[in-house]
Amino acid sequence: MTKRKITVAVSGLNNIDSPGPGIPVIRALKESEYFDVRIIGLSYENLEPGLYMRDLVDKSYSIPLPSSGTASLLERLRYIHDVENIDVIIPNFDAELHSFIKLATQLKNDFGIETFLPTQEQFESRHKSVLYEFGEENGVKVPYAKMIFSANEIHSLKNDFTYPLVIKGKYYDASIAATPEQAVNYFHKISAKWGLPIIVQEFVSGNEVNVTAIGDGKGNCIGAVPMRKLYITDKGKAWAGVSLDDENLIEITNRVISNSKWKGGCELEFIKTKEGEYYLLEMNPRFPAWVYLAKGCGQNHPEALVRMALGEEVKPFESYDVGKLFVRFSFDQIVDIKDYEKISTLGEL
Amino acid sequence: MSKLSYERPFIQKLNTGSMNKFGTKTEFAPVTHLDGIRVSKLIEDYGSPCFVISERQIRKNVQNANRAFKTRYPKIQFAWSYKTNYLSAVCNVFHQEGSWAEVVSIYEYKKALLNGVEGNKIIFNGPDKTEEDLALAVENNSLIHIDHFDELYSLVGLLDGTGKKARVAIRVNMDTGIYPMWDRFGFNYENGQAWNAIIKILSHKELELVGLHSHIGTFMLSTSAYATAAYKLCDLATNVKLKTGKPIQYLDLGGGFASTNTLKGSYLQGADIVPTIDDYAEVITSAILNSNFAQDELPTIILESGRALIDDAAWLIGSVVATKRLSDDRRATIMDFGVNLLFNAFWYDYKISPAQEFTHHTEDMVIYGPLCMNIDCIRESINLPLLNKGDQVVVHKVGAYNMTQWMQFIQMRPKIVMIDMEGKSHILRENESLDTMMELERMPEHLKNI
Amino acid sequence: MQINKNIAISDSGFVFNPSTGDSFSTNQVGLEIIRLLKENKSKEELIKELVLKFSTDESTLEKDLGDFFMMLNSYQILVNND
Repeated sequence: MTKRKITVAVSGLNNIDSPGPGIPVIRALKESEYFDVRIIGLSYENLEPGLYMRDLVDKSYSIPLPSSGTASLLERLRYIHDVENIDVIIPNFDAELHSFIKLATQLKNDFGIETFLPTQEQFESRHKSVLYEFGEENGVKVPYAKMIFSANEIHSLKNDFTYPLVIKGKYYDASIAATPEQAVNYFHKISAKWGLPIIVQEFVSGNEVNVTAIGDGKGNCIGAVPMRKLYITDKGKAWAGVSLDDENLIEITNRVISNSKWKGGCELEFIKTKEGEYYLLEMNPRFPAWVYLAKGCGQNHPEALVRMALGEEVKPFESYDVGKLFVRFSFDQIVDIKDYEKISTLGEL
Repeated sequence: MSKLSYERPFIQKLNTGSMNKFGTKTEFAPVTHLDGIRVSKLIEDYGSPCFVISERQIRKNVQNANRAFKTRYPKIQFAWSYKTNYLSAVCNVFHQEGSWAEVVSIYEYKKALLNGVEGNKIIFNGPDKTEEDLALAVENNSLIHIDHFDELYSLVGLLDGTGKKARVAIRVNMDTGIYPMWDRFGFNYENGQAWNAIIKILSHKELELVGLHSHIGTFMLSTSAYATAAYKLCDLATNVKLKTGKPIQYLDLGGGFASTNTLKGSYLQGADIVPTIDDYAEVITSAILNSNFAQDELPTIILESGRALIDDAAWLIGSVVATKRLSDDRRATIMDFGVNLLFNAFWYDYKISPAQEFTHHTEDMVIYGPLCMNIDCIRESINLPLLNKGDQVVVHKVGAYNMTQWMQFIQMRPKIVMIDMEGKSHILRENESLDTMMELERMPEHLKNI
Repeated sequence: MQINKNIAISDSGFVFNPSTGDSFSTNQVGLEIIRLLKENKSKEELIKELVLKFSTDESTLEKDLGDFFMMLNSYQILVNND
């Protein structure tokens, strides 16, 4: 079978110790059975390792940070598209998704570039601050949570919560408080760093299990592979993990994806309690950095995403290999300063 | 051989961080003309700095807002928020487009009368109305929005025995799920204060309760709070109908719609995250349409939007006074305008464009104003071309609150001009001079000689 | 005051200081100045050559060079050898 030649632009080339999903997505695409893929890397920083991985990334371009606005991004993508004729873009950073979702229609209509992203409403609906409501709507347990704006509110929490409870920042950071005094303490610490509101969450103990999944936007879960981390870095990132046989988890994932009509890749993070109950802790609106494990288990999620982006009908995967491990490693590339000069001064490599 | 064009030498360390120079040309693309007139010509004619208002953009904004609401709901009335920009010419553009006047002081009230607004089309808001102010408003049949019980009782006392009637509404504050909650104005909904005020008003026949008013906050980035506000007002309105048999004539949802400016500390650009006027219109009108009003008793929706209708209809143009290097090697650019003219620079990261062409080289800089005061900083960090003394710049979207909150401090205030629909410029306000300032001062005899 | 002789420059305006590992970007006038400095030109000679090549005058250059040298110093591209 001759493979269809396509050009896919991918961001998240920061394959560092806390890696972005870009390189795993690219590896999965390069090993596609359907496509012969030319990869255009989109980078924000000049030392993103993926820029220099010439066997995986055919050409790279710097793009403006999300903070410069969608107008700048669109102008830059226009320039890149004129040279490269992009078929599909897969953005992989949380912070840039808002911009790409906003531009999706325009990219399709003006340039014929396809994306396969959640809608703005779906994107908003799984934010930390509203995850509890998301859980209620989609039939999945989420630790009870409440937003608070003042440390004074902590003392009135005893009606809704029992200690210990979790004090979380709007974007990052979480601490477990055993007493109201500790809770007040963490409130001040975290709000000084990340601002208000602060999220107070019911504490659930158990094992963390994660699922990488993909939805077709019509209520079908096209693929889902569960994984348990076996080894984590001091930043809490998985360094090794193993695919699990867990029908309950697959069933819950299917329910979430189909109820929310999720479109695109995502990662679901759960706690499984001793009693065997699953609590959704977080839903990331893009593939996780360990998505290549899905390919390794027989479900090529990035490829499925590109096929759907190009308008193909994709049937749900029916199985995956259980007991496959991923074990990350780091690797020093030798780079000539000329390459660094090119990306730094021309914005292209 | 002709010489190469000169640009001051510049060198900057390559950080691995943001390479914003690629693709972000829009950020510092020169803006050489405003509504068809060269910036350099405007500065030549009117001086630097100078505020420039676009009549075309104001009309476009107010027409667009009317379209957004009127295509969704049958009875809509906009009232121009005077405090946002009360230059009479600006107000009159809004009045010509059908807006009423929304005022919050007797100064603004009298200004509206002076502009020719009929008394019954003036909404009198605010916490500070004297008995004289209230008497004038009653005389003119204006809509008095009561802020507190003291005002309510003043009004009752004032009308007692005169046989006159006042058309009133109450301002209601409420929890709409946003933070901070604005509870300093009006009567609280949740604790029953608002309903108490309504009962008091209904018990005085000289007061005619015609409307209910809320104003939930400013620069609202979430539309859902308006739905909550509308539901709560509708709840009060339907209870009034149950009690009196008479429907409430209007619900005033106030203002607070965001403009496309970027708030300080916001990671994303304002233009990418603020709701459109259609988004606000959709939640407000559907909340009211979904309430229990009989079809022929639907209240008029009044909107007092200010910022969203005027911010992007004005620019401040100015010039570089000097450039210098700070002790930590950062570039500093001093402009002939500062926080004296751009009070809102305390909340916004204003977009600033050069008014002439440059090469693609840019540098990070701090932008200071001309005041000899440390607080006078317009942008703490902005990436712009290599500016030199005398270069001209355009500050965007400055129409809201700057021309009312500006201060005569150290510097005198400059001219404000308007470019009309035909592209002709007119002075709306002269620049201040020493004479303007001295006119109000008085010198005791014994201090005349020094 | 002398330029660090190992400084590598390229036409794109990329400057690499091999003794510190830092990289920089400069504009056309900046590049020309670094080139002339590498040829051991004095500040006076530099101004003369630049006035011939670019449409500017001596007093502007005098002022701009002051600022530029300060940055070169700060970036350790110029080194004090006394």
